[in-house]
Amino acid sequence: MSKLTREETESLIQEVLEVYPEKARKDRAKHLAVNDPSVEQSKKCITSNRKSLPGVMTIRGCAYAGSRGVVWGPVKDMIHISHGPVGCGQYSRAGRRNYYVGATGVNTFAEMNFTSDFQEKDIVFGGDKKLTKLIQEIEQLFPLHKGISVQSECPIGLIGDDIEAVSKKAAAELDKVVVPVRCEGFRGVSQSLGHHIANDALRDWVLGNRDGKTFESTPYDVTIIGDYNIGGDAWASRIFLEEMGLRVIAQWSGDGTIAEMENTPKAKLNLLHCYRSMNYISRHMEEKYGIPWMEYNFFGPTKIEESLRRIAGFFDDTIKEGAERVITKYKPMMEAVIAKYKPRLQGKRVMLYVGGLRPRHVIGAYEDLGMEVVGTGYEFAHGDDYDRTIKEMGDATLLYDDVTGFELEEFVKRIKPDLVGSGIKEKYIYQKMGIPFRQMHSWDYSGPYHGYDGFAIFARDMDMTLNNPCWGKQTPPWKVLKSDDALKAAA
Amino acid sequence: MANIMIRKTAEGGLSFYLPKRDLEDNIVSIEFDQTNKWGGELRLANGGTYYVDPLDAPPRLPISLRAKRVDAPE
Repeated sequence: MSKLTREETESLIQEVLEVYPEKARKDRAKHLAVNDPSVEQSKKCITSNRKSLPGVMTIRGCAYAGSRGVVWGPVKDMIHISHGPVGCGQYSRAGRRNYYVGATGVNTFAEMNFTSDFQEKDIVFGGDKKLTKLIQEIEQLFPLHKGISVQSECPIGLIGDDIEAVSKKAAAELDKVVVPVRCEGFRGVSQSLGHHIANDALRDWVLGNRDGKTFESTPYDVTIIGDYNIGGDAWASRIFLEEMGLRVIAQWSGDGTIAEMENTPKAKLNLLHCYRSMNYISRHMEEKYGIPWMEYNFFGPTKIEESLRRIAGFFDDTIKEGAERVITKYKPMMEAVIAKYKPRLQGKRVMLYVGGLRPRHVIGAYEDLGMEVVGTGYEFAHGDDYDRTIKEMGDATLLYDDVTGFELEEFVKRIKPDLVGSGIKEKYIYQKMGIPFRQMHSWDYSGPYHGYDGFAIFARDMDMTLNNPCWGKQTPPWKVLKSDDALKAAA
Repeated sequence: MANIMIRKTAEGGLSFYLPKRDLEDNIVSIEFDQTNKWGGELRLANGGTYYVDPLDAPPRLPISLRAKRVDAPE
């Protein structure tokens, strides 16, 4: 299908909205927009970070998912207690594939599930005693852990348990960090508030712990903030940051440790990858410690080059030379990747619906492969995310905020993209519709996609999905052989 | 009253950030910008106006302050 004009896209939105009752239609209309790159502020065209409508299939998560699953979960040498009923912890355990180095169960614990397994009596009589006992048991069974975080599930807030008091007492007894996180799932409209709460907990309980202590620093200390090392992403980024002469002193929070986090205020520059989930702590560090922060994008060679030059701009000439050296070193490798895959992917159209930073950051990588992103949207973005997205997207492309299952399906049916990138809940629906699909939350169990090494894998995966022979075999053979000649031939 | 943060932009101007409203915008004008008085009414690029109590000296930026909404476009 050829490119839609602005009017066609607008009428497409109207048609899709027609099935809703009037009130719902009015509300949803604010969340769907046709992109106009000349608009300065997203508020003029799209509403975001609002409560989802009751009755529609939203794809959002909860505050607990944002804190336990995204921000705290990957901190490998801490034990994260899912405080409350057992399900939340079990279903959020290791699903994001935040890779790390270490012996799981001995000195690292990111893949394990610790829960207080609330029962009826804990709801009635309170769970503080159980939490105290649980922390003692942890200390006995896993003495090499470096700290504990208590991630509240909904009932904790509802019954009003005082996890702060328990944590303070336990921290004094163990002489380790014990962080109470008030990330009950019912808070806020999506996982976004969970990120904020987790950031605030880090600020209050972790960040200042080593203030005033000495640290052997260099002028080139940087941190990677908001990279959760999905499939090894942070490693793929770190490798060439170090190659250009920088020293990465902390990873937040993929493959990160509590010691790294406590040392972060000693950095010279905070490199911020996921703006949505970690901008709060970066802003705080800028104010309290005077550390500048910068957003970067390591998807696809064009954006990597841009980002490396901007990072180098904060440092002296040795780093600037280092950046150029890295860029020239990887150029032939990138050219080979593009030469191989671009002819197979050129002109293909992509629709995305993910969260965090991907709906805008991966656009550059697709463009490097000659592909075009025709629709994009976030699960839990705020206005500032859309401010940044509008500039990246082409004119008259589709933007959708907190899209419902129905809307996304209808958009895909009408726009007929060659590839859809979204989550696991969407994956099988679109594959059964005969549309190539990549699960873009954790790179469809592949990765890394960040950095130079990641781009090669990204290009291979996109080719593997799009040009898979299975898409031509969606109709079973007995339905293909309709004509008499063919039937005779078969007989 | 709302918590806001004022920081320097890369271009050298001031930017205003109000997390509760997701509002991040450039400050067009600031009422008092003298060595002994800093603050007052802040006019934003989107047309809104906020008031912060004047400080005795220009602060080290970024800084978190409490601001009153005088007039906002929405």
